[in-house]
Amino acid sequence: MYDVQTHRAEKDLIVNDIKISAKNVQVHYGDTHAIKDVNVEIEAKCVTAFIGPSGCGKSTFLRCLNRMNDTIDICRVQGEILLDGDNIYDKRVDPVQLRAKVGMVFQKPNPFPKSIYDNIAYGPRIHGLARNKAELDEIVEKSLRRGAIWDEVKDRLHAPGTGLSGGQQQRLCIARAIATEPEVLLMDEPCSALDPIATAQVEELIDELRQDYSVVIVTHSMQQAARVSQKTAFFHLGNLVEFGETGKIFTNPEDPRTESYITGRIG
Amino acid sequence: MTDASLNTPNNGHEPRAKSSLMTVDARTKRRNASETRFRMYGIAAVAAGVFFLVVLLGAILSNGVGAFQQTFISVDVYLDPAKLDKKGGRQIENIKKVSTFGYTPLVQQALFDKVAELGVETPLQKRKDMKALISASAAAQVRDYVIANPMQIGETVTFRILASSRVDGYLKDRVTRDSVARDKNIKPTHLDLVDALTKAGVIQKQFNIDFIIGADASESRAEQAGMGVSILGSFFMMLVVLGLSLPIGVAASIYLEEFAPQNRWTDVIEVNISNLAAVPSIVFGILGLAVFIQFAHLPQSAPLVGGLVLTLMTLPTIIISTRASLKSVPPSIRDAALGIGASKMQAVFHHVLPLAMPGILTGTIIGVAQALGETAPLLLIGMVGYIATNYPSGIGSGFLDPNSAMPAQIYEWAKRADPAYYERAWGGIIILLVFLLTMNIIAIILRRRFERRW
Amino acid sequence: MPVFWLVMIVLGLAALGYVFGRHRALANAGGDSRHLHSLPSYYGSNVAIKTVVPALLVMIIWLLVQPFVVDGRVIGMIPDSEIREGSNASLVMAEVRRTADGLDNAVAAGVMSDEEAGNARADVSDMTARLKDAGQIVTSTITQPVLLAAQEYRDLRRASALFMTIVVLIIAGAGLVWGMAGAKPDFRARNVVEKSIRMLLVAAASIAVLTTVGIILSLIFNTVEFFRLYPITAFFFEPTWLPSFGGGIDSDGNPLSKLGILPLLWGTLYISLIALLVAVPIGLFAAIYLSEYAGSKVRSIAKPMLEVLAGIPTIVYGLFALLTVGPLLIGVFGDEGLGWMQAGTAVMTAGLVMGIMLIPFVSSLSDDIINAVPQAMRDGSFGLGATKSETIKQVVLPAALPGIVGAILLAASRAIGETMIVVLGAGAAARLSLNPFEAMTTVTAKIVSQLTGDADFASPEALVAFALGMTLFILTLGLNVFALYIVRKYREQYD
Repeated sequence: MYDVQTHRAEKDLIVNDIKISAKNVQVHYGDTHAIKDVNVEIEAKCVTAFIGPSGCGKSTFLRCLNRMNDTIDICRVQGEILLDGDNIYDKRVDPVQLRAKVGMVFQKPNPFPKSIYDNIAYGPRIHGLARNKAELDEIVEKSLRRGAIWDEVKDRLHAPGTGLSGGQQQRLCIARAIATEPEVLLMDEPCSALDPIATAQVEELIDELRQDYSVVIVTHSMQQAARVSQKTAFFHLGNLVEFGETGKIFTNPEDPRTESYITGRIG
Repeated sequence: MTDASLNTPNNGHEPRAKSSLMTVDARTKRRNASETRFRMYGIAAVAAGVFFLVVLLGAILSNGVGAFQQTFISVDVYLDPAKLDKKGGRQIENIKKVSTFGYTPLVQQALFDKVAELGVETPLQKRKDMKALISASAAAQVRDYVIANPMQIGETVTFRILASSRVDGYLKDRVTRDSVARDKNIKPTHLDLVDALTKAGVIQKQFNIDFIIGADASESRAEQAGMGVSILGSFFMMLVVLGLSLPIGVAASIYLEEFAPQNRWTDVIEVNISNLAAVPSIVFGILGLAVFIQFAHLPQSAPLVGGLVLTLMTLPTIIISTRASLKSVPPSIRDAALGIGASKMQAVFHHVLPLAMPGILTGTIIGVAQALGETAPLLLIGMVGYIATNYPSGIGSGFLDPNSAMPAQIYEWAKRADPAYYERAWGGIIILLVFLLTMNIIAIILRRRFERRW
Repeated sequence: MPVFWLVMIVLGLAALGYVFGRHRALANAGGDSRHLHSLPSYYGSNVAIKTVVPALLVMIIWLLVQPFVVDGRVIGMIPDSEIREGSNASLVMAEVRRTADGLDNAVAAGVMSDEEAGNARADVSDMTARLKDAGQIVTSTITQPVLLAAQEYRDLRRASALFMTIVVLIIAGAGLVWGMAGAKPDFRARNVVEKSIRMLLVAAASIAVLTTVGIILSLIFNTVEFFRLYPITAFFFEPTWLPSFGGGIDSDGNPLSKLGILPLLWGTLYISLIALLVAVPIGLFAAIYLSEYAGSKVRSIAKPMLEVLAGIPTIVYGLFALLTVGPLLIGVFGDEGLGWMQAGTAVMTAGLVMGIMLIPFVSSLSDDIINAVPQAMRDGSFGLGATKSETIKQVVLPAALPGIVGAILLAASRAIGETMIVVLGAGAAARLSLNPFEAMTTVTAKIVSQLTGDADFASPEALVAFALGMTLFILTLGLNVFALYIVRKYREQYD
């Protein structure tokens, strides 16, 4: 379907450096007002970190970006989130298509109880990205290489993915998310269940992914945000308190709340 | 799933062409269609389940409600002293000598007179023609009355007697003019008379308490049969089940949950219980037959034996649910009791058991309800085929004398040839389900009221 | 009922023992319970336990052993001539027992004095007539040896009962004294009582094992007895089931009845298959819909409704098959419709209704299993842009597959062991046929008909039911053990 609109969207991307822009986003969980009027612009080919104390709404906001909140009955989202200029909460948008463009990696590694190969091939299969087995093999290999796990698993592609170590599982999940060729990659505390060595490997990977994707990462660790991100957003009690260059946020925050959090006084 | 379609704007080599989110591509459309289809299968499955339930309940109600109504004839019977007390003097011994055969003509005459009095035109000009309308039980009913009130002999007394099951069936549309053509018990002319008598109010359909509290009757007297005796049989059986399975089940669960060491014997018991829960009920019937009747020489058809068999059958269910409720009591309660110097036994009996009691009772009621509806094992220990016409005379006889049970009575009726019994079988099911429903509601209330979340 | 009164007396002694024991312990402690090791009530219970438990144990053992000893002595009195053709010693023994009971009842009813009943020279025909008059059911005539044996039987039984009463009372008394000796302040009464309670708990838990042992023994003994009368190969491989009415054997000494299990097994499996074809898709899809799609409102209504189906007794389903579904199917497939069906009772009827019965069984088991699949799996799939149905088909179901297979096996075992629906809905004719609209019968239905018929209990026609029961037991047990193993394995995966 190479229609006119498709080409226009492509052009927009080249001109515009903003990948996602959120305008006046409000989220309610039942009676709880979880996200209060958040405006943020996320750039392409850049790592954006969301930081803030537990329960500040950073994960909730992240899940709004690919409409994962749709799976929760009591969750209501208001406002606009534009992906390449299209409102993703528009009635015409199919969340399934959206999520192919905006992939997600979760806090706990969650490989499917299938082989490593099938884990990676799952996305391309459902979205019909490969015409034949050879192409699928190629996608799997490419994704595993990009996920920096190819060398460790190339001899046992048909072993179950659940048999890998925690760090390997998380890189497998990242590779799985890459396999559908998303434009944005959302990561919800991807290292919280990993040991320091695995964390370092994943962080290295995130840095490489910046070449092609726009990455949004939620993290509890300020050091991690400082290490991997170019932009940082600080959330507090459902508000976006401050958003800017990572260097600036960590050295010279404007808002006193940001400063207290960074120096460890709230959290 | 690897069959990528031509529409797919990407093949993994070149960078993927960007598609707008605002248009749904063909592949997504297809995927969404299959999503809808899948969802429809689910809805259809749930609907099918609910549909079956509705049909089942509908069949029970539509077929069974009729059993609670019975056709009665009101007649004024002249208690002729010349027939009932030939010697005079109203000696009870003499009166008792007259069997029901002596009463039958009186009842028939009474109805015959009634027909004449109403001036109904009918080709049935003989007293004996009335036989087809009257239940065989009517004579016994009048006789019982006379024996209880001998001084009424010579008077005319109004009785409400049962109509025969054919007449009852006619009023309930079970018997039609087509079906009586081949029936030697009743003729179309009788049905004309029934129509006239119904119009005159002599024949009436009324609520029939005897269906609930009455005894079973012989094959040919469907109109007289009731569930009462078999309800008592079930009652005594459930007393046995409750009295044995609750203490044994609780004791076994306490041991397994609180005291059992991790060893092979415990494993054997655990595996055993989970397997026993799935043994077909008929096998328990075989066990009952071989052990209780052949080996231990306990009486056949006795509610005691039925209760023992059902106890063994229900025990696994009760043990499983009791263990679950013991497990739900948090360990901190035990620790607290042990911490102030209570023995393990005291901790369990003083603290854990009372807290788990609502759950245990709920599980027990549900287990007993299951036992109440169970039929197959009862077939083998002789509780079917026994015609439950006598009420037990006391508690001992309630446990030991042959009796039927509700589900066995229903089965018995379903096996009889006369379709009049089918209606009673459905009606029996209604009674059985009312009991089950009540027990389950009690269990639910108990759970709602006392359930504690830790 | 002497045993009843004996138990009552022992319990009464125990109650007395409780009061005395408690009192004595308090008295020995100078009336101050703080000087006692345990609470006073434990001392009382200690006495009561020591009074009751040994005495009743002895009584139970006595009652179990007595019949064997008495039978053994009496059976020696019966000459071989008395054992008629086609009969055996145990049948004669049963007659002796009946006669003895008849005599007892006659004495109890006052129609016969005790001396008359025990008179060894009494006239046999006169005795028979008097017993019959007394309403005691006695076989045609009692023969002289049987009467003598019955009288001996009565004497032995009475002597044994008397002796037992004395022994039990002595033991109870001894236990009482033993318990009272423990009513001292430094005696650890609580520990003794708790140990006894613990033994009681162990005994209760062991009843489950005893039940299994009872099932296995009663099946094995009678099955072995059956194979002594009927060749085992014929039972397993003969393709016909045709029990002859009166039993008997032909001129070659082979039984006239043909008791091959194959047609029954075929009927069982065929009906179970149809039931599963109904129950598995509906149950599985209902479980998927209710756990993955339905909102909480729909779930809270539809789930209990399906569970109601599970709470309905099988006799109701049987009646539903016989009186509703059967006639309905006849209307469609019978002579007036497609002409495939002769009678309302058929494999299809029983299979359909059994399928309905199994729907909630499959759905609630599958529901548990589907819910055990972690939400993280679903999130992972949704995050990749999978639709709900793709997630279910390709992630949830494969993950839940072992559990679902286990659930289906459990349902199959239920179907194989189901009795009432097939007794009422499947028909009585045993045949090996592929037509689902024909009447067939099952193992369970034949167990019922062979054991409730008029066949003599010792004949192969009745004993075959135990061999059928054994087959059924092994089949369902195997399925259950396997299914539980799979389900447990599956649960461990996500725990």
